[in-house]
Amino acid sequence: MTVMLKEIHTAPLVSHWVWYRVGSRDEIPGKTGVSHWVEHMLFKGTPRFPAEELERNISRTGGIWNALTYLDWTTYFETMPVDKIDLALELEADRMTNSSFDPQEVARERTVVISERKGRENSPGFQLKEALRAAAFRVHPYHHEIIGDMADLKTMQRADLYEHYQTYYRPNNALVAVAGDFQTDSMLERIKELYGDLSPGEEIPRRARPEPAQKGEHRLNVEGPGDTTIVEVAYHTPPASDPDFFPLLIMDSLLSGPRGLNLFGGGGVSNKTSRLYRSMVEEEEVAIDIHGGLPATIDPFLYSLHFIAHPQTSVNEALAVLDEEISRMQESPPAREELQRAMKQAQALFAYGSESITNQAFWLGFAEMFAEYEWVRSYVERLADVAPEDVQRVAMKYLQPQNRIIGTYLPQRNGR
Amino acid sequence: MTSTQPLASLRKSSLPGPDDIIRRELENGITLLIRPNFNTLSVTVSGYLMAGSLYEPLPKMGLANFVSSTLMRGTKDHSFQEIYNRLESIGASLSFSGGTHTAGFSGKSLGADLDLLIETIGETLRRPTFPGDHVERVRSQLLTSLDLRAQNTSEMASLAFDEIVYKGHPYQYPEDGTPETASTITRDDLIGFHREHYGPREMVIAVAGAVEPDRALKTISRSLGDWHNPDQPAVQTVPPAPALEKTQRRHYTIPDKSQTDIVLGVAGPSRLSPDFYAAKIGNSVLGQFGMMGWIGEAVRNKAGLAYYAYSSVSSSMGPGPWTVSAGVDPDHTEQAIQLIKQEIKRFLDQPVPEEEFADSQSSYIGKLPLALESNAGVAGSLLNIERYQLGLDYFHRYEEMIREVTPQDAFRVANAYLDLQRLGIATAGP
Repeated sequence: MTVMLKEIHTAPLVSHWVWYRVGSRDEIPGKTGVSHWVEHMLFKGTPRFPAEELERNISRTGGIWNALTYLDWTTYFETMPVDKIDLALELEADRMTNSSFDPQEVARERTVVISERKGRENSPGFQLKEALRAAAFRVHPYHHEIIGDMADLKTMQRADLYEHYQTYYRPNNALVAVAGDFQTDSMLERIKELYGDLSPGEEIPRRARPEPAQKGEHRLNVEGPGDTTIVEVAYHTPPASDPDFFPLLIMDSLLSGPRGLNLFGGGGVSNKTSRLYRSMVEEEEVAIDIHGGLPATIDPFLYSLHFIAHPQTSVNEALAVLDEEISRMQESPPAREELQRAMKQAQALFAYGSESITNQAFWLGFAEMFAEYEWVRSYVERLADVAPEDVQRVAMKYLQPQNRIIGTYLPQRNGR
Repeated sequence: MTSTQPLASLRKSSLPGPDDIIRRELENGITLLIRPNFNTLSVTVSGYLMAGSLYEPLPKMGLANFVSSTLMRGTKDHSFQEIYNRLESIGASLSFSGGTHTAGFSGKSLGADLDLLIETIGETLRRPTFPGDHVERVRSQLLTSLDLRAQNTSEMASLAFDEIVYKGHPYQYPEDGTPETASTITRDDLIGFHREHYGPREMVIAVAGAVEPDRALKTISRSLGDWHNPDQPAVQTVPPAPALEKTQRRHYTIPDKSQTDIVLGVAGPSRLSPDFYAAKIGNSVLGQFGMMGWIGEAVRNKAGLAYYAYSSVSSSMGPGPWTVSAGVDPDHTEQAIQLIKQEIKRFLDQPVPEEEFADSQSSYIGKLPLALESNAGVAGSLLNIERYQLGLDYFHRYEEMIREVTPQDAFRVANAYLDLQRLGIATAGP
C-alpha cells in the first residue's frame, strides 16, 4: 500500500483520504454501477463501527466526510479537527476489509441508487452525456455511466457487490494520503499499525479492453422535454500519462478557458476571453455559453466541448463557427503570449486550491491513480514547457472530424 | 463511542477576531472589513450593496438581477472584452449576483494583483454603460436560464413553495423573474435602476487573504471613496411572513421527468431573530446531522426512498424558509411526504434527546475552522458579521453561544414556527 503524507500547519485540520484503484473502468455489462453501489455500502457499517455510530462520531466533530466514485478510482475522505482524525484512520482501515454488506441494507440501497440515477435522468445534460459516451466507446468500459445502467441496478445482487469489494478493496490496490496539521513520523507509524497486518489480496484483475480507433464522425440526437438545445462535441484523446496531454490542456485552455485541478472550492477563472467563447457567444452569437473538459484518465478518453445553442440559430450554424476556431488552431501556432497567459491562470488556480487542506490531500492521491504524484507537483512546469507548435500539432492530431462524436439534445418544445 | 463530553473545542487564537480584523467606515458610508492571511497567496474581495429585487417594481421582476448581470458588460473606462481580458489574463475572477435584499459581488486574485481587482469592482459598480448589444446578449442568457429552471424539478418545487408560503410577501417572487418580465425589461430600466439604487450607503466590502490592510484600505478608498449617490433610497425591510390558515399543496407539472422533488415547510426565523440559533441546531437534528438527520434516516436509510432528503433553515434579513427537501420516484411522493411529516411530528412532540442535541452542537462548533479555511470563507463570514451586527469577536464567542442553547429552546422555537396543520407542500415532477 502506498502512503503519501504532507504536513501543513496553517490550521488545526487534517484531511485523510483512502484511494482504491477501481472505478467504472473495471466493470462489465451486467454489473455496471457496481463500484458506485459498493461505495455506498461502505457507509453502512462494519461489526466494529455500526453505521449510525460511525456517522455520529464523525459528524459531531464538525468534520466532513464523503466518497467519490469515478471512471478509474474510488476514494473516501474525512477532513477533521486534528485531535479527532484518529477516528477516521481507524474507520478507513476497518472498512477496507470488514464492511458488512447486510442484505437488508443492500436492498434499501438499491432503491436509493436507483433514485439517484432517476434524479440525474431529470437532467438533459446527463441524458446527452450518457448517449454520447455509449457512442464513443463500443469496446472499452468507459462506455457506461459511473452510476450504472438501470437494468443492472435492478438485477445486481449482494454477491456481486461483495465479490467486487473483496477483489478490489485490498491494501495492494489502495493508497492512503494525508495532509494537514500532523507530524510525519507519528502519522506514518499509526498507518503502519492500522494496515500492517492486512494481507494483500490476489493479483487485481483488469478488464478494460482497448477501444479501437474511430473510423468516422458519429452523430446522435437525444430528444426530451424542454426548450434548450444542448450540444456536446467529443474527441478521442490520449491518457493523462501521454506526452500529448499537457499540450492538449493548453489547447483546451485557449479554446474554452482555464480549468484547474481544484475539487474543493478555490473558485475558478471565467472564460469570456477564450477563443470559443469570443467567437461563438460574443461575435457570432450562435451559443449562449460554452465549456470544455479534458479529464485525466488511465486509458484514452475524451476531450469535450459542451455548449447551449442560441435559440435563434441552428446547430449546424453553431458547429460551423466551432469548426472555424478549431481550424484556426490547426493552421497556425498560438502566440507565445497566449500560452503565458494560460500559465498565469494555471498558477493562480493552483494558489486558490492550495487554501484548502482537503484539496491538498486530494492532489496527493489523485494523480497516483492515473500517473504519479509528480504529475500534479510538476503540473505548472510541464504546462510551461509546452511550445506553441505543440499546441498546433495536437490540435491537428486529435481535433479531426473522424475522431469525434457530436451529440445534440433536441428539446420537444413544450414551454416558451 | 457514546461519550457526551464536548468533542469540539475551538482554538480561538486561530480564528479571526478583534485582534486581526480591521474595520473602517469610509465617509461616504462604505464599511470595510479586512483580515490579512499570509498563509495563502491569494486574496478574496466580497461585498454587497442595497440593490436587491426588493427595490424593483413587480412588473419588472428580475430587473435587479438583470442589472447585476450586466455590470461587467462595459464601463466608461473599458469594454467588455477589455474588462475580462484584464482579469482573466492574471487568473483573477469577478462576478456579481442579484439577491432579494442585496446585490453582491465576489472577486479573487493573487495578492499582488489586488489593485486591478478593486479597480475593476470600482468601475463596474460606478460607471457601467449597459451597451445595447450586450443587454440583448445577457437577456438571451437569462431567458435560457429561465428555460432551464422551468425544467428543473428542484427549482420549480422551491418556486411553488414560495408562492404558497409567502403569498403577498416580497419573498413570493423569484429574483431572476419570469420569461415574460425578462423579455420586457429595457436598457433604460437597467440604467434607471442602477442610477437610483447603486450607491455607497450601507455598502459593505470584506477583504481576506495575502494583503496588508493599509494597502487594501488605500486601494478601496481610491476606487470607491469619492462615490456618492444622493438619490439612494432608504433601506427596505420586509414584513413578517403571512400565516397560513391550513396546509396548502401545489404541484407543478413538468412532463416526462423521472423524479419528483418535494419542498415542504414554513417561513422560519430571520437571522436577526433570537430564535435563530435554536432553530439552526434543532434543525440539524431534524435533517442535517450525519446522513441528513432524522429525515435522512427515515426517508433514505430506512425506507430507501430517496438519494437526498434533508431539512434546512435559510435565514437572512427576513423570515427565510425552514424546509424539508427530497427527490423521490413520482410513485413514492405521498409515502415520502408522510414519512417527513412523521419526523416533524416527533420533532414537535417533545424536546430532542440531550445527547443528540449535544452532538449537533459539537458539529456546529467543529465546522467553524473548516468554514474559515479559505479566504472566500473568511470574506463571506466577515460580511455576515457586519450585516447581522454579530460583533468582531463573534467567532471567539461562537462556541459559548452554541453551547448555551438547550433542547428546550429548540423545542419551543420549533413549535413556534413548524405546524403540521399549516405547512406549504410543493412538488414538481411528471
